[in-house]
Order: sequence, then structure tokens, then C-alpha cells
Amino acid sequence: MDTHEASLRERVTTALANKRQLVNIQVATDRFFSGRLNALETLPHADAMRDLARAIRAHTISRLDEYLLQFEQAFTALGGVVHWARDAEEARQIVLRIAQDAGVSRIAKSKSMVTEEIALNAALEASGLQVVETDLGEYIAQLSGDRPSHLLAPVLHLSRQDVGRIFAEKLHVPYTDDISELTAIARRNLREVFLAANMGITGCNFAVAETGTICLVTNEGNGRMVTSLPRVHVVIMGMERIVPTVKDLGVMLQLLPRSGTGQKMCSYTSLVTGPRRRGDPYAPQEMHVVIVDNGRSKALAGDLAEILYCIRCSACLNACPVYRTIGGHAYGGVYSGPVGSVISPVLGGLAAFPDLPHASTLCGACKDACPVHIDLPTLLLRLRRDTVQEGLSPAWTAAGMKGYAWVTRRYGRYRLLTALAGAVSRLARGRWLTWLPGPLGGWTRYRAFPPFAPETFQKRNRGGRHE
Amino acid sequence: MLREPRESHEKRPAQKVSLFVTCLIDTLFPQAGQAVVDVLEHLGVQVSVPKGQTCCGQPAFNAGYWEQARIMARNTIDVFDGSADPIVIASGSCAAMLKHQYPALFQDDAGYGPRARALATRVCEFTEYLVDRLEVTDLGCAYRQSVVYHPSCHTLRGMGIDRQPRALLAAVRGLEIIPQEAPQTCCGFGGVFSIKMPEISGEMLANRIAAFEATGADLVVGCDISCLMHIEGGLRKKGSRMRTMHIAQLLAKGLQ
Repeated sequence: MDTHEASLRERVTTALANKRQLVNIQVATDRFFSGRLNALETLPHADAMRDLARAIRAHTISRLDEYLLQFEQAFTALGGVVHWARDAEEARQIVLRIAQDAGVSRIAKSKSMVTEEIALNAALEASGLQVVETDLGEYIAQLSGDRPSHLLAPVLHLSRQDVGRIFAEKLHVPYTDDISELTAIARRNLREVFLAANMGITGCNFAVAETGTICLVTNEGNGRMVTSLPRVHVVIMGMERIVPTVKDLGVMLQLLPRSGTGQKMCSYTSLVTGPRRRGDPYAPQEMHVVIVDNGRSKALAGDLAEILYCIRCSACLNACPVYRTIGGHAYGGVYSGPVGSVISPVLGGLAAFPDLPHASTLCGACKDACPVHIDLPTLLLRLRRDTVQEGLSPAWTAAGMKGYAWVTRRYGRYRLLTALAGAVSRLARGRWLTWLPGPLGGWTRYRAFPPFAPETFQKRNRGGRHE
Repeated sequence: MLREPRESHEKRPAQKVSLFVTCLIDTLFPQAGQAVVDVLEHLGVQVSVPKGQTCCGQPAFNAGYWEQARIMARNTIDVFDGSADPIVIASGSCAAMLKHQYPALFQDDAGYGPRARALATRVCEFTEYLVDRLEVTDLGCAYRQSVVYHPSCHTLRGMGIDRQPRALLAAVRGLEIIPQEAPQTCCGFGGVFSIKMPEISGEMLANRIAAFEATGADLVVGCDISCLMHIEGGLRKKGSRMRTMHIAQLLAKGLQ
């Protein structure tokens, strides 16, 4: 996974300095947030549907091994090939080998976070293959050498003026910030890519175990092009993307678009069931599914397995006041927002992302928004516990918390110290402090701190009727 | 089921509660603690303050220091043991700590586990106690101010409490309650988060303060002293004239 040298705080400072980008993020997440609420209102029994979706996810994850094997059997019977990748490196090697065996050179990709997770594009390009992202957002990110900052809307941080400048510079077209013109430019360029590609790579929103079907949802139709025109189709799939039955898929498809973009249904919902069969006019001759573990089976064993219920809708990002304040890039991983703060350390190791679980006020807006009720605050708390146990917590918090526990262990010490603090506050004549030393200065940079009471509530009521 | 309307507060059989003061009210805002006692006693409730209270352990728990959190939790459990009275807490996040996290912290502890679970069932947030247990919303208060109600995240989502404080405020004569934009948004406090990630926390606070100030209200009222401390700290730092007030203080003032 992609981690950056800079610390979280440095990345946050950079993000906060870019006011223009923060406005783009606010506007987009606001739209998604209210869109989700409106879309859920159109769903009868939305809460019951969410409970059912959670039950389906919980059941599937608890028997993931069985359903994966069932999927493999069904998909193989259709004439497809299943590959199992333990980690990112193995997944990249598998895709490279498929490309070499099939003798392909030009690859068209549709949007996929798991391919970002395994850093697939760089590996393919290093082997001399041409890879083009065909999702408009990903296409813009690829042109400008940017990284996705959101699960669904990769360049949500950019304005149309930004896109106009990128197109003018990279595609050598006259500058325009007219959205339909920009779309037309991308469409013209991508049409050539679809027609020339001999391999298509997609992610996978859901894989249906009983039928071997791969379900993809897109809003641009590019997924349909990528899965039908090239002669080889490779699906990269996170190990947890399984649903047992087509009926279960129906439940998920009611919730995914509503929770993500606020649509009742995405513009294109594609169900791809195996490679070309006799009589099919357009379909790949070869179809492969690469099932990627990359840390997921390890998560399955611990008390963070619930994160594997995630259907990557991005509702938690749009609801999160932290994400809305700093945007996706500041998180430093491929996945951002509350789900990213859990999944990045779960997949990439806590040592690579020790700060992420702390980048939350635990306000619970994410849990409220999650269509499958993932208890993200509790998962973040467990990761914080792990940070402490693995010695990844900064020395000052360790000292502070141990000292605090020493003081509050028994009332005697607590009474003594609070009396002392009260006396000191009296010297400061009960004013709110606007400066504090050391790490506490983080507080007073933005807030004043109240004076300690000359007499605590408990002391005031000592020996009185309240004991 | 409809209940018989109560005639007056005085005719109710005597209720007894134990007050968990919380460390912030105890050491920084004792006047809020006094207000809680005043309001409860006005309603004929007998309030006891069990000796030896410190902190519930939430700061350590949220920072990942669960061993240290258990130290504080054990003290709290020891202090409140030996009574079945409701434990009233005038702070949603501390209430959520005792109610939800103590049982989790001592899940595998044969000694403290059952005691933590018993304690959890007694926990009652202050406004929850008034509205749901005593079934009182109109205390006969009058207070001429314009206020904005901030539903703290752990009160709102952790304890599921929102209608209770709103009902209490709505019954205060002369009180104007002005709605703010995106009311359920976090103020950015988050305990140690506010010191560990001051830039994000400060930006979130600035956004929230802008929403409060846009209402033109005099006061921000809430049920969680820690968020109010955070918000008032921000208001004072930027030189705003707006102030914060715990709901118990507002009700106590309204009784005078």
C-alpha cells in the first residue's frame, strides 16, 4: 500500500492550506450526503433493508471460505479462470503473466480501488504495457499523476477549471471549463482506447457465489466497454466482495448507489457471467478473476473482521466531519475517510499507519451512515488499543495517560492535585488560559482553557447532605 | 399507552439518585454540578454524591490506554457499588462510557465484569432521568435568552438522547431556541484528539462556531460539559461574545 514519508500532521497542514480544494470537497460531500438521505427516503423499509444487508454481509464473511470455493467452482464451470493472490506482489505477477500469455499490449481499465491497493498500473507500465484508466475521474487522475482522494469520485478535490487546465496541458486541446465539452474531449480520446485495447481490467463490486457472476456498477458505461470489447477480461477482486446469491445481490444493489452517490440505481449495472459463449457477438474470449487476500484473511481472524462487511459505498467519507475538513489525500493511504482509517492499517499494517486510527473524534456519523451498520468508532478504538500495545503511541501520550491514571486511581491523590490546580488558578485570578506548554499548546492554539475551580464540587459538598 | 398526567412534583414518592459528578464538572465547572443538584432537589429527588469519585477513564480508553482506563473504571465501580439507585450523569460521553464501555472493558473479568454490567443498567443521563424516569418536561422555568442547542455526539449517538433536552428547553418560558445549520455535526473535540490533531480539531471547531454565530443566539446550550468547554474555549479565543451553558445551569437559573 501507498504510504507517504510525511506524517499525518504534515499532510493535514498541506491539505488545510489549500482552501480552494477544501471548498470543492465540501461542496461534493454535501451533495452526496443529502443525496443519500433523499435516496433512502425513496426506499420502503430502508432500515429493515439495511439490517438485512448487514445480516447478509455478516453471514457471508463468517463463511467466506465456503462461498469463495463455491464461486470458484461456478466461475470455472462457465469457462473462466480463478487465480488466488496472497498479497499485492502475487496479484501483480498473476496479471502480468495473464497479459504475457495472451500477448496483449494495450489495456483499458475501469475504476477499481483494489488495483490502486496493489499498485497494479505501475507494475504493468514497468513491463512495457500501455494502461489507460477509462473512468473519467480516474482518467483525469492518471493524466495529472494524481491519486484518488475518494472511493467513488477519485478527483472530487478538483474543480472543472482544474480539469480544464489538465486537459489543455496533457491532451493539447484548447482550454475549456465547460463540462459537456470536457466530457466530449474525454469521450473522443477514450473511444480510441476502448477500440484498441486487447485486454480489459476491472474491479468487482460483487461476485455472486451461486452463479459465478461478476457485478459492476458504473455511471459512465465504461465498465461495459471494458468488459465486452477487448478479447481478454481480468477482474481484480478483494477477497471479501462475495455475495451468496443473486437475491442477496438485489439487496446490496438497493443500498450501494443510494448510499454512495444518492442514486436509486447506477446508470449501468452489469452482470458478467463468464467469457464468450457460442452466439455472443461481443464478449471476451478469456476471462480471469484474481482473488486478492493482501491482509484480509488476517483481519478475518481478529476482532476487526467487521471491516470486511464494507461495500465501498463511501457514505462514511461523505458523513465524516474529519474527511470533509481535510479531504482524502491527507489520510496517506489508498483508502481514506473512516473506512480508510481502519482498512489501511488492517491491510498495510499498523506500523505504516499508526496515526490514522486517531484521526477521528469518534463522533459516530460514519456508523449512522453505513448501510451495513459497521461500528467504525469501535473498530477505531480497537486499533488505538493495538497502537498502544504495539508501542506505536507517542511517548508524551504514554507518559500523560500513565500519569493521569496514577492520579485518578484513588481519590486522595486526585483531591491533592485538583486542590493544587485550584490554588494555581487562583493565582491566575480565574482567567481562561490562552497559552499552555508542550503538547498542551495544541489546545491553546485554537482554544482557551478554563481555570480550575478554587474548590471542587466534591470538596464543596464534603460532609454536607450530599454524601 | 397513555399515562395519567401528574398533578405536581411534590406528590411523587421520594426518588433517590447517586450523582456521578464527572471530573470536568468537579474540577472546572462545579457550578454545573451544583445546578444538577438544585434541579433534582427542586423536583423532590434525594441526591447523594458517593465519596471518592475521580474520572470515568474515558480519556485513557479513547486514546487506546485500556489498562489505564480500567484503573479509573475500577475506582468508579467501587465508589458506586452497594446501591441500586440510578446513577445520574450530566455528561453524555461519560454516561456512554459507563453504560457501554465498562461492560466491554471487563468482559472477561470475573470480579469486575458482573459489577460493571450491573452499574451500566443504573446509568441515566441527566435529561434522560428528568424526562424518561421522572416524566417531567415542564419545570416551570422562565429564562429570557436566545439559545442554540448543540447535540453532543456521544449524547446523541452514544446515548440516543435528543428529544429529552429539546423537550426540556421547549418548556422554558421566554427561551428562544434558534436552529443552526447541520446541527448534528461534531464540534471537533474528541478528547485527546483535540491535542493530538489540533489542526483538524481547530478547523472543525471554527466551522461549528461559524454555524452557531450565524444564528445570532446568546448562548450555546448542551448536555455534555466537555464539548461546551471546547466550544467556549474557541469562542473566547476568537473574542466572541457568545457563551456556552450546561442545560442544568439553564434550568436552575430558570427556576430562580
